[in-house]
Amino acid sequence: MTSLSPSADRLPSAVPTPDELEEGSSLWRDAWHRVAKNKLALFGGGVLIVLTIACVFGPLITEYSYEEQDLNLGASAPSADHWLGTDTLGRDLLVRLLVGGRISIGVGLCATIVALTIGVVYGAVAGFFGGKIDSLMMRIVDIMYALPFTIFVILLMVFFGRDIWLLFLAIGAVEWLTMARIVRGQIMSLKRMEFIEAAHSLGLGTRRIIFRHMIPNVLGPIIVYTTLTIPAVMLLEAFLSFLGLGVQPPLSSWGVLIKDGAEKMEEFPWLLIFPGTIFSLTLFSLNFLGDGLRDALDVRSSKD
Amino acid sequence: MLRFIARRLLETIPVIFIIITATFFMIRFVPGGPFTSEKAVTPEIQRNLEAHYGLDKPLYQQYFDYLGSLAQGDFGPSFKYPNRTVNEIIADKLPVSLELGSISLAVALIVGTTLGVTAAVKRNSWLDYVSSSVAMIGICVPTFVLGPLLVLVFAIQFRWFNASGWYLPIDRVLPAATLGMVYAAYVARLTRGGMLEVLNQDYIRTARAKGASVLRVIFKHALRGGLLPVVSFLGPAIAGILTGSFVIETIFQIPGLGQVFVQSAFNRDYTLVLGTVILYATLIITLNLIVDVVQVWLNPKLKFE
Repeated sequence: MTSLSPSADRLPSAVPTPDELEEGSSLWRDAWHRVAKNKLALFGGGVLIVLTIACVFGPLITEYSYEEQDLNLGASAPSADHWLGTDTLGRDLLVRLLVGGRISIGVGLCATIVALTIGVVYGAVAGFFGGKIDSLMMRIVDIMYALPFTIFVILLMVFFGRDIWLLFLAIGAVEWLTMARIVRGQIMSLKRMEFIEAAHSLGLGTRRIIFRHMIPNVLGPIIVYTTLTIPAVMLLEAFLSFLGLGVQPPLSSWGVLIKDGAEKMEEFPWLLIFPGTIFSLTLFSLNFLGDGLRDALDVRSSKD
Repeated sequence: MLRFIARRLLETIPVIFIIITATFFMIRFVPGGPFTSEKAVTPEIQRNLEAHYGLDKPLYQQYFDYLGSLAQGDFGPSFKYPNRTVNEIIADKLPVSLELGSISLAVALIVGTTLGVTAAVKRNSWLDYVSSSVAMIGICVPTFVLGPLLVLVFAIQFRWFNASGWYLPIDRVLPAATLGMVYAAYVARLTRGGMLEVLNQDYIRTARAKGASVLRVIFKHALRGGLLPVVSFLGPAIAGILTGSFVIETIFQIPGLGQVFVQSAFNRDYTLVLGTVILYATLIITLNLIVDVVQVWLNPKLKFE
């Protein structure tokens, strides 16, 4: 008897033993084993965890604050007091990097959630209904793919004030297209699967089929593309901040720090090198983790 | 094929029309006009300025006037540079951006395909690992980090190039390398994948069995199929290079249209913003259309539907 048989599910006394639970999650366990073999993906995941913890808790335990100036000190090279040196106003670069990381990671996550929500709902609707609705919706996505969205995000940021909430929305509203395609493709192929047909013939309602059978099965691709959307989103945020259109002072993000560093790199190269390295390392980790997950969950991007 | 192009063109016109309309009204509904930042202007002068540029007319009238002049290829006068029309500014700056973009695209394609083909042919050799690492660096180090770093090393440390400017042919090297590198990385990855798939096909084995040399097999038989993923990536790449040049032109102080666009948006120079957005959108959409046609033309498995 497997844990999937309906009778075992329904009997209140049949509390699943740990063994049974493990059997039920074997897809995820397989995937985990495959990720664990991928050194680069593990390294990426580890770096991300360390960085996130450092950004969240690091600023709480240092003696410096990120806006505390020390004009007598000015820009100083890395030293025992200031591990990554200080900027031209004598502010500790390490603390500024960690606090900037909060914003960069935060924007990355929030904008990705926006993109994820739009993309999943749009793709699921198109895929589920199919036919004319689907071809119209996907034609719109095709057309939008060809549009220079970066330009519109720049316009939005310039004209409607550089508000951080607008930044989430604007970036999220641009990055959902691939997610919509992926989810739609998955739903389309799922619809033709026998177990969905079986669910229909057993008389299950649409809602139950969507939530109980469809969504768990598209979770893999969604996780993979979420991991890959985060770096794209963070890149766009940094791009805007570099142009002076993203996060505004006194807040700072990695993009802002890179911009400041690039202006002063001739005399104080560490102001560019450290933020640039941390940002690149983050993108690197996210990309490798995403690739590793994609291989592990065996997700192919497909148009149909 | 002609029907395919015609249908796509028909689809493009409403899209560009929507872009024009959306940008036009978005700009007008924003608080603060092009003359608000100027030093205390008397209401009279303000009125005269607005009358001069037709800003006192009702909005719908301005919209139709603008569409009318657009139809004649006239983008109108610039608000911030009083003696220049948007057409003149574009004519002046666009060639610079196009030059930067074309060199960068060439860099991306040449470097990317070379790396990718080498990696695929010498699979799992050190060449493969080197080219994959280069590709990964290109993908993970964004242009606005790579550009300043290249300046730091090659312009400031070694003094081989100028840190900024756009005068001599040698000034093209760093900006084009920076902008091209990212796309070279993607092209290399796609080429490697595409080539690996093609090299496993029966017709390649047949060609080899018939005694064709390795180079002949690659260039005569494999490349056409192996480069298909690269061709479909060209559309996004071109769009990325055009918008990426906003940052590159800022870093290297290049007098191109990208810098003008960002500046005009900050200055609320309505006509200049509209002009550049319409131009960029049309350019990108048109280039995408060309890429689509080339793609179907190259790939016998696809059809012009």
